[in-house]
Amino acid sequence: MSTTLPNAANRPDESVISTPPSKFDIVIDRGFRGLTGFFAWSTVSLVFFIVYEVGGKAMPAIKTHGLSFLTTQTWDLQNEQFGVLPEIWGTLYSSILALMIGGFFGISIAIFLTQDFLPRKVEWVFKNIVELLAAIPSVVYGLWGIFVVIPTLRPSAIWLHENLGWIPFFGTSLSGPGMLPAALVLAIMVLPTVSAISRDSLSNVPGKLKEAAVGLGATRWEAIFGVILPTAAKGIFGALVLGFGRALGETMALAMLVGNSNQMSISLFSPGNTLAALLANHFPEAGEKEEPVLMYAALVLLGITLLVNICGAFVLSHTTRRAAGGQK
Amino acid sequence: MNEEEITAAFEGVDFPRLERSLRHPRTLISVVLSLGTGITTVIACIPLFSVLFMLVYRGGKKLSTELFTELPPTAFEQGGGFGNAIVGTAVVVSIAAAIAIPVGVLTAVFLAEFGPDSKTASVTRFCAKTLTGLPSILAGVFAYAAVVLATGSYSAPAGGVALSLLMLPTIILTAEEAMRMVPRKMKEAAIGMGCTRTQVAWKIVLPTALPGILTGVMLAVARAAGETAPLLFTALFSNYWIFEDGQSQLMEPTASLAVFIYNFSGMPFENQIEMAWAASLVLVLLVLAINITGQLISSRAKSR
Repeated sequence: MSTTLPNAANRPDESVISTPPSKFDIVIDRGFRGLTGFFAWSTVSLVFFIVYEVGGKAMPAIKTHGLSFLTTQTWDLQNEQFGVLPEIWGTLYSSILALMIGGFFGISIAIFLTQDFLPRKVEWVFKNIVELLAAIPSVVYGLWGIFVVIPTLRPSAIWLHENLGWIPFFGTSLSGPGMLPAALVLAIMVLPTVSAISRDSLSNVPGKLKEAAVGLGATRWEAIFGVILPTAAKGIFGALVLGFGRALGETMALAMLVGNSNQMSISLFSPGNTLAALLANHFPEAGEKEEPVLMYAALVLLGITLLVNICGAFVLSHTTRRAAGGQK
Repeated sequence: MNEEEITAAFEGVDFPRLERSLRHPRTLISVVLSLGTGITTVIACIPLFSVLFMLVYRGGKKLSTELFTELPPTAFEQGGGFGNAIVGTAVVVSIAAAIAIPVGVLTAVFLAEFGPDSKTASVTRFCAKTLTGLPSILAGVFAYAAVVLATGSYSAPAGGVALSLLMLPTIILTAEEAMRMVPRKMKEAAIGMGCTRTQVAWKIVLPTALPGILTGVMLAVARAAGETAPLLFTALFSNYWIFEDGQSQLMEPTASLAVFIYNFSGMPFENQIEMAWAASLVLVLLVLAINITGQLISSRAKSR
């Protein structure tokens, strides 16, 4: 560059450099900012539009069935008797079971992959394997559940029922689809969510806290239980709540594995139903009578999941804000 | 004091022993727990390998070109394929992407560039996070109420609307994240040259953040391609091609791979069940391929 001195011919016109944005640029700028703002608001209004649409279509059913819809157990199309208590029970029961299994595995994986047990490369491999679990479509898990999980579980389920049948959890025998296979597959599906978010909050714990604990003579696990887990507790709690929200709304695997039977039972092996599975199984063939009722069921599911997810998002945003504040 | 005096002075004092031997319960517990978490992690990998093994074992032997070119078999028919379902999935996901990408990216531009700390932005972010947790079947119920009932028919666009709802939050959140990574100095330099904020967004931020945005889009597309529940009563299913004799039947029920698997998995015929496995293999390979491409784009951009 030193060889060519700028001469008058290729020196840029100074007036071009110093020109402020033209009126046209400013109009475009305003317009574009307005447009993005409009899209931001449209995302917000989308949430309300969903509630409005589903609620509006459910209105006739809400008027005729009222709150008894939530507390009765029959689903009788002929006599127009509808109640979703078994479905609410099934949704909560399967999700809680799944969260207990998936939460345990998710949190121990998160600990194992953040506390320097393994070389970085091996950690990376395991992390990706767990994340790949989330990439498998739910319907494929359903298929796998039918042909792998149920046959694998059946012998031990039958043994448990015959020998320990007096325990309510083993009260019925597993004939095919049922609560336990559904909950197991559900657990696999919430595992990546729980472990990813827990891992984030565990790796956000300042390293000095752990070093201090180890310096005082704590073993690795005393440091984890005494210092690291309590510091990351809120994040892990948020992860569990979001995992629970995910489990509540999961549809296909449950529609294929839970048995689609309108009954309430505490037994792990008895078939049941969930709100999402009810929708998946009945909606495609619903007539005019059934449609508003299903919309009502959808509204109930929407209410439950929105509540749980908002709680989870709130807990998580609270923790990240505090963590960010602490760093400053 | 020399060493002997020190030893003498502390004789009889019971110091906690610092060495770690397995005879100490504390150390033992620590080792057992470490092994325990290790084993749990390995157990958690079993389902993935089991699923992949079953897909290759039961779906792999069925793989042939007919699968991609023929229509689904009827009850007692042998052979057949799911070509129309692959085309259908592509069409429905494209419609969803065409809706979700512009809305999502422009929303993210607002969140990252124009009003990152405004009330609007925090409300929008919160709604996007809430939408992430929207059960997929409710996206279907919404699209049914808003599109199917309005247009009077099950159709590909109805399925597209349902899937776009599920893609939107992923795109918004990852695109915002990607745009925030753009170095502030680049933007300041552009503003110093007299650029408007819009020009900064279009010429500096979007091109720089492109790999990150693409990764988000890929993840969203991969998720949408595997979704079944929202398509059950929006796109429904069809045993015929969506484009035939030069005519498109966009406003008719449309086949998709995911619904194909669901329908065929419950059938009592061996051929149909094998087809469901083969379709699952194709779907999983497709989803994984999109996912891995997304990851590659982002890691390529990071290493630059």
